Amino acid sequence: MNAKTEHFSRNLIEFRDVSYHINDILRREVISSVSLAVPIGETLVLLGRSGSGKTTLLRLINGMLLPSRGQVLVQGGVTTEWDPIRLRRGIGYVIQEAGLFPHFTVEENVALVPSLEKWDRCRTAARVGELLCLVGLDPSEFARRRPRELSGGQRQRVGVARALAADPPILLMDEPFGALDPVTRAELQREFRTLAQRLQKTIVFVTHDLREALLLASRIVLLEAGRIAAVAPPQEFLRLEHPEVRAFAASLETNPGAPA
Amino acid sequence: MSPGSSGWSFFAEHRAEILGATLDHIELVLISMVIAMFIAVPLGMFIVQRPALRAVSIGIANIFQTIPSLALFGFLIPIPFIGGIGKRTAIVALVLYALLPILRNTYVGLRGIDPAVLEAAEAMGMTRAQILFRVRFPLALAVILAGIRTATIITIGIATIAAAIGAGGLGTFIFRGVALVSDSLILAGAIPAALLALAADFLLGMLERRLRVV
Ligand SMILES: Nc1ncnc2c1ncn2[C@@H]1O[C@H](COP(=O)(O)OP(=O)(O)OP(=O)(O)O)[C@@H](O)[C@H]1O
Ligand SMILES: [Mg+2]
Repeated sequence: MNAKTEHFSRNLIEFRDVSYHINDILRREVISSVSLAVPIGETLVLLGRSGSGKTTLLRLINGMLLPSRGQVLVQGGVTTEWDPIRLRRGIGYVIQEAGLFPHFTVEENVALVPSLEKWDRCRTAARVGELLCLVGLDPSEFARRRPRELSGGQRQRVGVARALAADPPILLMDEPFGALDPVTRAELQREFRTLAQRLQKTIVFVTHDLREALLLASRIVLLEAGRIAAVAPPQEFLRLEHPEVRAFAASLETNPGAPA
Repeated sequence: MSPGSSGWSFFAEHRAEILGATLDHIELVLISMVIAMFIAVPLGMFIVQRPALRAVSIGIANIFQTIPSLALFGFLIPIPFIGGIGKRTAIVALVLYALLPILRNTYVGLRGIDPAVLEAAEAMGMTRAQILFRVRFPLALAVILAGIRTATIITIGIATIAAAIGAGGLGTFIFRGVALVSDSLILAGAIPAALLALAADFLLGMLERRLRVV
């Protein structure tokens, strides 16, 4: 027991030789033999082209998908043995289009998990106010708005606040800033960095933007066709010789200088 | 004398009778719609995640819809308990007609939710029931109501035929008018029925717009 406790106190998430194939006739393998450990407090960035399996990997963490082979451990427990509802209540999740509930106000969106967890009113209200401030939205102005009355950047902020609401130790973010204009995006990235340092969450962040990965990651995992192609901290990532790393690095070189 | 004025004087002379028949008609429609809603909406919610049941139940509802109304009323008369002459048979038939539009819209509305919203709901740790009642259903409400609106208008029209099996309502005037070759009598049934349909359409349309969230 001691060994186990000690083990998961370091690694909040762990993939042990995980493969996942689509459950249809073709049984195409979209994740192949992934082994990976995410220690507490890390901001792990999953980088990869479209279709490389980034979203699939996230969904394996919160039990929305179960591995075909191998095991995914979250807080020391195998996902197949977790009660999926309990597992997910402890994991914040942010997706590209925010996925806010259009029939809820901003306040109600943020209060979702606390309300599912039956927090009392005062505690929920206080938490919602605190979180809206944290993501830079003035509660008096935004709390009662509906998602359709927000800009894309504001929606993403609400999405982040909602994911953080019940103070989950783990945060999964699937291209949270993908749909934003470059300026807003840079702004949210900067804020995210401060936030991540302050909150001490274990974060798995998905992107296909190398620049974003270099900026936010404590470690970058490069996925290629469902396999891990490279793992490195951002300072070392660009020095790697792997062809897929070179391909991403090349995109970095051509982009900024490109004429408008 | 112009046909118009003879029509109006007919209306004036028989206004009590016409009002009574209109109320009967409304009663027939309301009872049928309430029953149809209580069957079709829960059924739609039940079949939304069960593809096999969905095909069967929508298929059956479809079949009822294709039976000509006069024939359906005829078929029902000899059936014990639900059949016979009168209101009850008419209500059974009207319910059968109203089922399909409500069922189909309930189903379509519940299915047509933004996948990102459903993904978020699942990832937040909402149970299936919570997703159904707190996300799918409120977001589908406007579409469900559109089905109820369609069904109501159909029912108001078909209910006029129910007079053929002695269920009363505005159809009584129409059938009498056809038998006596009297335009005034036919209009005394047809005009209030048309007005009822328009009013229902307008009111339910308003409600539907209020419920539309996005
Ligand atoms: N439900 C599914 N049915 C069939 N194929 C699927 C399904 N989900 C994912 N895939 C396939 O699995 C592979 C990995 O998908 P995934 O969504 O994880 O990619 P991704 O890296 O997140 O891509 P993107 O950057 O475009 O979001 C893709 O080839 C995709 O087509
Ligand atoms: Mg993806």
